[in-house]
Amino acid sequence: METNTPPLPVPARSVPTSLSPRDRWGHLLARLGFRRRRRVDPGLYAVGLPCTGSPVLVTANYSLSFDAVRRELGGIDAWILVLETFGINVWCAAGKGTFGTDELVRRIETSGLKEVVKHHRLILPQLGAAGVSAHEVRERSGFRVEYGPVRARDLPFYLRTGKASPEMRRVFFTLRDRLILVPVEVTHLLLPTLILGIAAWFLGGWAAAAALVAAVFAGAVIFPILLPWIPTRDFSTKGYILGATAVLPFGIALLAGAGPGSAMPLLRIAASLGLVLALSSMTAFLALNFTGSTTFTSRSAVRREMRLYIPVMAGLLGSGLILLIIQRVL
Amino acid sequence: MKTDCACGCKKTAVPTQYLECATPIKASTRNTLVLFPGRCTGCGRCREVCPHAVFGEGEGRALLVRPDACMECGACRNNCPAGAITVESGVGCAAAMIIGALRGTEPTCDIPGCCGC
Repeated sequence: METNTPPLPVPARSVPTSLSPRDRWGHLLARLGFRRRRRVDPGLYAVGLPCTGSPVLVTANYSLSFDAVRRELGGIDAWILVLETFGINVWCAAGKGTFGTDELVRRIETSGLKEVVKHHRLILPQLGAAGVSAHEVRERSGFRVEYGPVRARDLPFYLRTGKASPEMRRVFFTLRDRLILVPVEVTHLLLPTLILGIAAWFLGGWAAAAALVAAVFAGAVIFPILLPWIPTRDFSTKGYILGATAVLPFGIALLAGAGPGSAMPLLRIAASLGLVLALSSMTAFLALNFTGSTTFTSRSAVRREMRLYIPVMAGLLGSGLILLIIQRVL
Repeated sequence: MKTDCACGCKKTAVPTQYLECATPIKASTRNTLVLFPGRCTGCGRCREVCPHAVFGEGEGRALLVRPDACMECGACRNNCPAGAITVESGVGCAAAMIIGALRGTEPTCDIPGCCGC
């Protein structure tokens, strides 16, 4: 019996593989946009009764990420090495560099992982690859990085077979993925929409206020849902198409005389046009911003869209506003 | 359409106009992904890490099979031990770029109350 084994710097915490009601409540809040950076302490955790040969899974310290991993490990003995990503999920942290080579090497060191397992294999989530250089981790720590599947639910299969199918290695953007993002967007937009709605009411009465709400709703809720089916490739043009469609009925109402502004036909046309131009630009802007929530738009494509369409949006928004104001004050 | 590389190395040339294995390949106008087939050792790491199946398996080397699908995450470049891939990755979120432009800084995601991602 060895008596001179150095003690672990920080003991591994044992965690269950089932989620408590409190865990689920926390997830719900996060999806709605509240207290989104819920986190766990970085370091080494144990599920089941892992030994020196058990696999080591690496994840971020965002509680949703951590919970996504452990809930798939029922009946499995494994170690979980949690990196300090400041409460941010794996993919975003990898993009920022916090789920990265340096932090991984550091965490291996501070957790004393070398004393815990005999093997030198780490299983990283595939989306961590955007921040981690496997060969560099090997050079610096001696640990060999394997990339597991994209989604935690495929972990049991991967742990059993050591393989991931091509589908398990691909990221999709399903309707469900898109829908999950909607509540957060809506929460952020509630107050600005209220304020702008009041301003719109002064400019064009109930038609303008309702149109504003419709434009925001189209951009924040309908756009994510209908994304793949809206014509054109760019998010901005898709947003314009959707926004114009949503606002058109209210534009027609203004044309027909709703609203506190002038009743002169020419000015009514101006108001109607102004409303559609300004508010569809708003929907288009919301749509452009949705690129940041997708899993397939490239930085180059977003840059190009911004360069191309932000001046258009600013111009149409400005001229639309001017037309509305003219009709209101004359 | 497969053609043997013109330099005689026996690697399969990428099915585009490039036949020289050392010529870098930028297969998409929508992103900055470039493959240097001359450096590729065929280890398959790029295929393992790409979330959009951009890479395929050629004879002893990687192929660009879906280059337009590249989202410039950089995973392939990070994990290519041969340095055969370059791509410009970075913050790709429109809001972060706008705020960066307004502040006169690089696009930044360190915005309180931002997407929190």
